[in-house]
Amino acid sequence: MNEVTVLKVGMADMKVAASGESLRTTGLGSCVGLVLYDELRRIAGMAHIMLPSSSIARENRINPAKYADTAVPGLVDMMARAGADPGRLVAKMAGGAQMFHFAGEDVMRIGPRNVESVKEALKKLGIRLIAEDTGGNYGRTVEFDSRTGVLHIRSVQHGVKEI
Amino acid sequence: MELFGQNAEFKLDVLREIGNIGAGNAATALSRLLDKRVNMKVPTVSVLPFEQIADRVGGAETVVVAVYLRVVGDAPGNMFFIMSLEQANRLLNVLLGMEDVKGPGYTEMELSTLCEIGNILGGSYLTSLADLTGMRLTPTVPSVAVDMAGAILGYGLLQFGTMGDDALLIDTTFFEGDRQAEGHFFFIPDPDAFPRLFHSLGVPME
Repeated sequence: MNEVTVLKVGMADMKVAASGESLRTTGLGSCVGLVLYDELRRIAGMAHIMLPSSSIARENRINPAKYADTAVPGLVDMMARAGADPGRLVAKMAGGAQMFHFAGEDVMRIGPRNVESVKEALKKLGIRLIAEDTGGNYGRTVEFDSRTGVLHIRSVQHGVKEI
Repeated sequence: MELFGQNAEFKLDVLREIGNIGAGNAATALSRLLDKRVNMKVPTVSVLPFEQIADRVGGAETVVVAVYLRVVGDAPGNMFFIMSLEQANRLLNVLLGMEDVKGPGYTEMELSTLCEIGNILGGSYLTSLADLTGMRLTPTVPSVAVDMAGAILGYGLLQFGTMGDDALLIDTTFFEGDRQAEGHFFFIPDPDAFPRLFHSLGVPME
């Protein structure tokens, strides 16, 4: 059996797998792990999205992987350059949890807001979301196999799940 | 990241001292609570890429027990009291007088005990800091989670997220008994908090 190469996607980072690698990102809390996939060419992209909108950015050079509204088009571009057909992409995502509960503070709803914002950005580009495992109050580690199109999701309290 | 402008080294020293005083008080409180000697290391202050913050407690996937307090007032920020499962089990065994507490599946009672420990320690950290600086610093009601370190710490990085891909962390390690069972205090002041923090301590910003 061939060993599968695993590409690690860091926080506020995105990567493309075009030769049968797996994509993996660890410890998603309120962050969202988004996967785009061209099934025919077996090209996958993953982004570890941290914040809902680049409109709140105060950095000079925006890191597109960090914000939902820039990560989606950014990942599509990256995949197109690797040979994927943007018109054929479908999406899966996981994360967007609310790890802690407090009354009042809006920043605490960041998980659900990340999820909503990713959905909006996908819709804008006409990309269909075919599966998601979002929300809750627990962390997730995800791994996407670009040969099968399966997204493996692992959490501490809820075990392993595939979507 | 340009957080400090001039005298960056000196400012890092000042932050290290903040960690020293805050965590020193918290360690004393913990020691009283347990009626045991609690040791701490010299705090480290570092500007780290987001990815490396969880490495301090064993990596993004390591399961930890964390009590989180949002600090509100003059120098807002995020505070975490992070323990390994082993350390949390030990604390509960001592405090609740039970022999066989075993996480990560804690009972409500055990979780609320951990939360209260975090509350007391976070409170003493902040009180000493408020005394030192004359600033108003209040913790929110604490919240506890038993989960992957990366998922938990992500919350403490949101304020830095809009500024860049690094965050400033004041990390103090403490241990009770052998060095295997250690815990951490993480204080991550919001980027906007620094001018006030330094001003209150008489450190010129430019």
